[in-house]
Amino acid sequence: MTTTTRIERHHYDVVVIGAGGAGLRAAIEARLAGKKTAIISKSLFGKAHTVMAEGGAAAAMGNVNSRDNWQVHFRDTMRGGKFLNNFRMAELHAKESPQRIWELETYGALFDRTKDGKISQRNFGGHEYPRLAHVGDRTGLELIRTLQQKIVSLQQEDQREFGSYDARIRVFSETTITELLLDGDRVAGAFGYYRESGEFILFEAPAVVLATGGVGRSYKVTSNSWEYTGDGHALALRAGATLINMEFLQFHPTGMVWPPSVKGILVTESVRGDGGVLKNSDGKRFMFDYVPDVFRKQYAETEEEADRWYTDPDNNRRPPELLPRDEVARAINSEVKAGRGSPAGGVFLDIASRRSADEIRRRLPSMYHQFKELADVDITAEPMEVGPTCHYVMGGVEVDPDSGAAFGHVRGLFAAGEVSGGMHGSNRLGGNSLSDLLVFGKRAGGHAASYADGLTARPKVAVDEVEAAVETALAPLQRDTGENPYTLQQDLQAVMGDLVGIIRREGELADALVRLAELRERVAKVSAAGGRRYNPGWHLALDLRNMLVVSECTAKAALERQESRGGHTREDYPAMEPKWRQVNLVCALDGDTVQLTRKPLPKMRPELIGLFDRAELAKYLTDEELADFDALVADAGEADNR
Amino acid sequence: MSGKRQFRIWRGDESGGDLQDYMVEVNEGEVVLDVIHRLQATDAPDLACRWNCKAGKCGSCSMEINGKPRLGCMTRMSTFGDDETVTVTPLRTFPVIRDLVTDVSFNYEKARETPAFAPPADVAPGDYRMQQVDVERSQEFRKCIECFLCQTVCHVIRDHEENKQAFSGPRYFIRAAELDMHPLDARTDRKEYAQAEQGLGFCNITKCCTEVCPEHIKITDNGIIPMKERVVDRRYDPLVWLGSKIFRRGETPQTSVTTARQGSASSSGATRAGVHSHAGGSHDKRAEAQAQSGVNWDREVPHPTAPAVDDRGKLPLTELTFDRAAAPSPFGDDVTFPLPPEHLNFAHPEQDNKH
Repeated sequence: MTTTTRIERHHYDVVVIGAGGAGLRAAIEARLAGKKTAIISKSLFGKAHTVMAEGGAAAAMGNVNSRDNWQVHFRDTMRGGKFLNNFRMAELHAKESPQRIWELETYGALFDRTKDGKISQRNFGGHEYPRLAHVGDRTGLELIRTLQQKIVSLQQEDQREFGSYDARIRVFSETTITELLLDGDRVAGAFGYYRESGEFILFEAPAVVLATGGVGRSYKVTSNSWEYTGDGHALALRAGATLINMEFLQFHPTGMVWPPSVKGILVTESVRGDGGVLKNSDGKRFMFDYVPDVFRKQYAETEEEADRWYTDPDNNRRPPELLPRDEVARAINSEVKAGRGSPAGGVFLDIASRRSADEIRRRLPSMYHQFKELADVDITAEPMEVGPTCHYVMGGVEVDPDSGAAFGHVRGLFAAGEVSGGMHGSNRLGGNSLSDLLVFGKRAGGHAASYADGLTARPKVAVDEVEAAVETALAPLQRDTGENPYTLQQDLQAVMGDLVGIIRREGELADALVRLAELRERVAKVSAAGGRRYNPGWHLALDLRNMLVVSECTAKAALERQESRGGHTREDYPAMEPKWRQVNLVCALDGDTVQLTRKPLPKMRPELIGLFDRAELAKYLTDEELADFDALVADAGEADNR
Repeated sequence: MSGKRQFRIWRGDESGGDLQDYMVEVNEGEVVLDVIHRLQATDAPDLACRWNCKAGKCGSCSMEINGKPRLGCMTRMSTFGDDETVTVTPLRTFPVIRDLVTDVSFNYEKARETPAFAPPADVAPGDYRMQQVDVERSQEFRKCIECFLCQTVCHVIRDHEENKQAFSGPRYFIRAAELDMHPLDARTDRKEYAQAEQGLGFCNITKCCTEVCPEHIKITDNGIIPMKERVVDRRYDPLVWLGSKIFRRGETPQTSVTTARQGSASSSGATRAGVHSHAGGSHDKRAEAQAQSGVNWDREVPHPTAPAVDDRGKLPLTELTFDRAAAPSPFGDDVTFPLPPEHLNFAHPEQDNKH
């Protein structure tokens, strides 16, 4: 076939797919290890979704409260993930994130400071001490810019040494990888296209790091950008790697659903903390009807008591608007399904009628400005329309905690950041994602480099695989009878949003799997109008199959896990079940179909489980596990007495 | 206000193209980018347009809307009249790839040429100590989302391809300023570099860049002007030359901004002829000392004033459409000279260490 001979070819030691925080940190590490490194970015360099992270990067530096240390951070992370986290990843993350943050300062980052000139740290939900290094509310942008500028500085070193900026590290911007190429069970390269020209490009490389982020574009209401189509998840599956925890998606209960210009954008919980209340279309403050029995004692029963709490929290109980995220989301969901929702399918979040305009502007300045500027919505004058929005996927490529190497039957494949799974368990704490990117980005980059070093011969790319990849990529352009990719994406989003959303039921999940199977047939016949040059319709047509296979994994795992935990809520199994804590659901691809298997969680090391109180562990562990824990404590006690 | 609205969108590639008319549904509360997405999903699936976050944070969806460089995600449809045709064209300063997508590699080349942060040699990671007040100056510039609107509006390169080689543009002037003001950056030649290599002298402070910045960074007032003021060499810069004429009328300057102590002012003045300082016009020793030590840093900086627009609300960007015969004052019509020293708001953190 003539097309193969004309494909642009590049040889690298390490190819990093994804140019967000994890990808850039991995690339820096591989380049520092002396490897010739390529960074593939679906967008322009520096536009990655990491810029959306506002809160900060969690690292137990102890700058604000000196009692903070890695053990406390580790405990908080495990608690947040409801003990489903891979303990080793949580441990490494807690231990290494301070160094990763300090390192950024040597690259030129400028974090907000404490009075004594150290990096300032802020409080955040789930973190026991102030722990998030931050720059106002644009920490993600600072992180991306800093890593981007570090890469430029490495390129400047190479320019001085070799006369070319691109000698050892090169950024391929607006380039999409559609296929990983294998030599037996070893990664041999990656195949893709330049978005700009539509020309194909082939990377021959023994080591590939996936850092492609999440899957949010499969949902109608999402805070994620168009890039989040689960590319890395799907590439890994097709290369023989496995995914874990795919049933766990983080939904924020109050994302804007109207107007369209701000759809999906998060409305911070502090709006409710500062007096905002949720109302349905009848104007009723409905959260009082949704307080579960276990929380009954801590939450107010009347509006009067709830309203007194804001000024006198010691003598009154909290308003029910401040229930945990999943409870609030469930309540909103029920109101909407009962026909009492807002016109755009959410409910009303009203702070305008409860606080003076001045006070709102003073307490929520960035919220006020964001909605004023982006949507001309004045939150001091009218209620907001909010509903659950898809935010983050906890699940991802199953990796070795220390090296980031993918499990399954493939070698030379690594993953870091949102695309990898295990670190956050069933629910991620705010602020842990930015530090996750840095810690595991560095590890994956470093281990990819040493893996490439250890090879005696470079794996070879097979010509027929490249030809097959070319054919698959061109197919949507050559068909003119299939459906419009945008219609298919909307249909996929409808299935996932309606049936595999925040609150799940067995019947709906089974229905979703049937509909996804129908969509699979339609996606296989998708056609894109136009040519190869910068054609977004074609690009979407190619992304669809990734979104589809990842959605199947989510739906299957959600159907299998018969309990509610963190980012997975089953209406028919509302309780957390200790037996299920011992199980990871692992997805693999067998031909075209997703295979689901159960796999036991690794057992926490004694000194780590010893960091927790028995009373806390009792909520999560089975009786047998608790007996083991008691034996462990008894042993330690004896050892002390001896 | 839902209904069909008329859009004119430039379609084409480097070989040419033209404006095409679309009637497209627009719903209440939408922004221009929403409408473009609707067009992609309906009439024009291959309409090329960059975007990412749709929240004004990534700077991808830069385009020219009714002739003005804007972010598509931050231009609300409600800002147009009900019957107004909305014309969307690609950024004019950069070569077109297709439709609304342009080749912005110029910016990345300039970024690569700008020397990176130089970490202090003797400070270990974790030992960096900086005060909030000192990092805030650089932080303002680090808000930049690299939408390149300031680059496309800058008339030095907007219609002058020939200037691109020698001129880095506002984005990279504030990058240089950011590093110059970084409390721990080990390089001391940022301003000289900006003048010698980045073409800072081309800039005549028309403030168009500040005007279009979606992050409201005061590019000119807080970035470019302080860099120009403190360029300490005799390189020809028409503005520095103009400044020296206005301030001293040919006299030997009595002070320079790099002079920390009053006593050394006269001796250093002679060797630094041609260097101008806004503090120079004053004979008030106290005000002079104040300006020198930068006590006015936290002074409220006046908001940049918008340039006069014509009756269609457009900027008179070219001399042909400008409303007077001669060139406008590069400092803006609202500024008179000499500037009072208490209006100056910057002092280099290391000025006391020199001499």
